[in-house]
Amino acid sequence: MARYEIFVTYKNGIFDPPGATAERALANLGYEGVESVQIGKYIRLAGDVDLATVTEVCEKLLANPVIEDFRVETVEEA
Amino acid sequence: MRFGVVRFPGSNCEQDIIGACDYLGLKADYIWHGDTDISGYDAIVLPGGFSYGDYIRTGAVARFSPVMAEVVRFAEKGGPILGVCNGFQILTEAHLLPGALLRNRGLKFICKTVDLRVDGACDWLQQPQDTVLQIPINHNEGNYTCDAQTLERLNANGQVVLRYCEPDGSSADDGSAPNGSLDDIAGVCNERGNVFGLMPHPERVVDPVGGGTDGQPFFTTIVRTLAEVAG
Repeated sequence: MARYEIFVTYKNGIFDPPGATAERALANLGYEGVESVQIGKYIRLAGDVDLATVTEVCEKLLANPVIEDFRVETVEEA
Repeated sequence: MRFGVVRFPGSNCEQDIIGACDYLGLKADYIWHGDTDISGYDAIVLPGGFSYGDYIRTGAVARFSPVMAEVVRFAEKGGPILGVCNGFQILTEAHLLPGALLRNRGLKFICKTVDLRVDGACDWLQQPQDTVLQIPINHNEGNYTCDAQTLERLNANGQVVLRYCEPDGSSADDGSAPNGSLDDIAGVCNERGNVFGLMPHPERVVDPVGGGTDGQPFFTTIVRTLAEVAG
């Protein structure tokens, strides 16, 4: 069985409301060094599927290519 | 002339669409999302709600409901489709409309009546330019976005049918959209003008008991458009 980790984030230039809110909250807490926060999704997918299929389901369902980028990493079995 | 209102698991405004049609004396039936035959309907409405619990992204799962393949074919033939709120989100996920709807700026669910300026026309709405309509919104993900080229194309083609505005119809310098929408966009249509999606709920202001009648033109306009096509 193959295991994958998928990271979905907004494309550059797409406003990220939760990230912007976290940025303001951290500034309010006094963490002045924090310049930006972007919040995305982390997905773990496992099964008898190859990387090409995982990429296909990301394009089709797990991410929206209009607003999001995604990155797939294959998890090596220990 | 018969409206078909698609009921997805988690839709919750489909009765309001049927109620608006009833009030105006128009025929309307529910279509189950698992159905694959939508022949017999002249106009399709995707209602508001929380289809599939809004999981993954709003509209992302509903877009693959069995009925949607037929809805896409209907759109390609020029059939009129209206997407309200979650219906708008489903139409963008299905790529029948450009752009996408993000979480509201400020992360608040917004439920209130807003002022909307008519900036364009489509099969579902043909009001004089700059008409101001008052229609309620009721959403958490209504923050419209698209890339710069798409925005340019939408503006050049007059595809931005409705914009959030001030009560006098003007646009505030820092934006009039309560949800942070790009360019104050509240509703867009496709190039052909048969597919129209908007975040506000016109069906709620058809019967005056809902607090207004500014939603009536959406239903009466499509009836007129179809009558003209039929000649």
